[in-house]
Amino acid sequence: MEAYQQAIAEQVAEEQRHHGKAQFFWVWGALLVMTAIEVYLTYKNMPPIRMLTILMSLSLIKAALIIGFFMHMKYEISRMKWMTMCALVICLSLMLIFFPDAFRILSLGAR
Amino acid sequence: MADATLTHDMPAAYEPSLFGTYSKKIGMWLFLMSDSLTFGALLFAYSYGRISTPHWPTPFHSESIVNATIMTAFLLTSSLTMVLAVRAAVNKDAKTQRLWLLATMACGMGFVILHGREWTKLIEEGLTLSVFPKLAGHPATGELAGVAQTVPQFPATFFGLTGMHMLHVTLGVVYLGVVALRRYFIPVLLFFWLTAWLGTPPTSPFHYGAHVLLLAAVICSIVLWLKPKVYDSSDVEVAGLYWHFVDLVWMFIFPLVYLMSAKIL
Repeated sequence: MEAYQQAIAEQVAEEQRHHGKAQFFWVWGALLVMTAIEVYLTYKNMPPIRMLTILMSLSLIKAALIIGFFMHMKYEISRMKWMTMCALVICLSLMLIFFPDAFRILSLGAR
Repeated sequence: MADATLTHDMPAAYEPSLFGTYSKKIGMWLFLMSDSLTFGALLFAYSYGRISTPHWPTPFHSESIVNATIMTAFLLTSSLTMVLAVRAAVNKDAKTQRLWLLATMACGMGFVILHGREWTKLIEEGLTLSVFPKLAGHPATGELAGVAQTVPQFPATFFGLTGMHMLHVTLGVVYLGVVALRRYFIPVLLFFWLTAWLGTPPTSPFHYGAHVLLLAAVICSIVLWLKPKVYDSSDVEVAGLYWHFVDLVWMFIFPLVYLMSAKIL
């Protein structure tokens, strides 16, 4: 690695030395608890739409915890946070355009 | 025109990074963003099939749900051990870093083994793809025997999505092995390949899938031969980003594929 990249990497490492270890255990515990809630809900035989809504909400919270704490995005500068997360959310949201067609097949049959 | 050489008297100060971090990490983030679109497309394809198919199979009984829950716990724990490895790396504690990386790899391998067991069970019950080797003996008569013909979207999207994720986990284990053990990991990788190849019957898709490990061993050997180096904290952090991403993707696959297709009696 070039010297100036090495210097930036060392600066990033120096910042990470101050992150407490306990927070990672808390996040891990929270992720396990949310997984347990998801499995518990499966055994409750809830209506599919309500079940899907709750499961996806929990998955989004879990994703935010993993990205924020484990992937250290919480500690990045705001330009990095906004560029990566906005690009990702916009691109993934564009795929939603296919869903009306899936409902069309369900109600009308494939033509 | 003659080439001109610019010279200046500025000290060797470096230009601040636009995103406040080193380029290797930005490169990994860009790769992960593109990879998340790959998994996004697969998850949307699965959901599309699920919505548009009236009689979607629900093949996951309590045993499968428990198995998938343990797999999830393995991945979540591996993320914790990975973050502890990064922490040891920034504190320049090489021995602890290596131990946490090996613990992460062990959790990843546990995940792959349990996933392989789940796949094998489903294939024996009749859920299969045309590209998989045919099972010897009598055709499957389980409850999933006709699913490949009646709802081909299910095995196609299920094996496509979970197979892609399993490949990512496997390559993640190889990546961490190279970072932790460098060239000493190559014989270990070859041992894994032989074990997976010889330990699975020819009727199993893993018998042929094991050759991914051989291919990985060849590529890793070339990379380590061309550019031998001691991996520092930035390399461990970048490897950690990849590993956490694999965990992140599973947080969507687990509820969407397993929990939403569960049959709890």
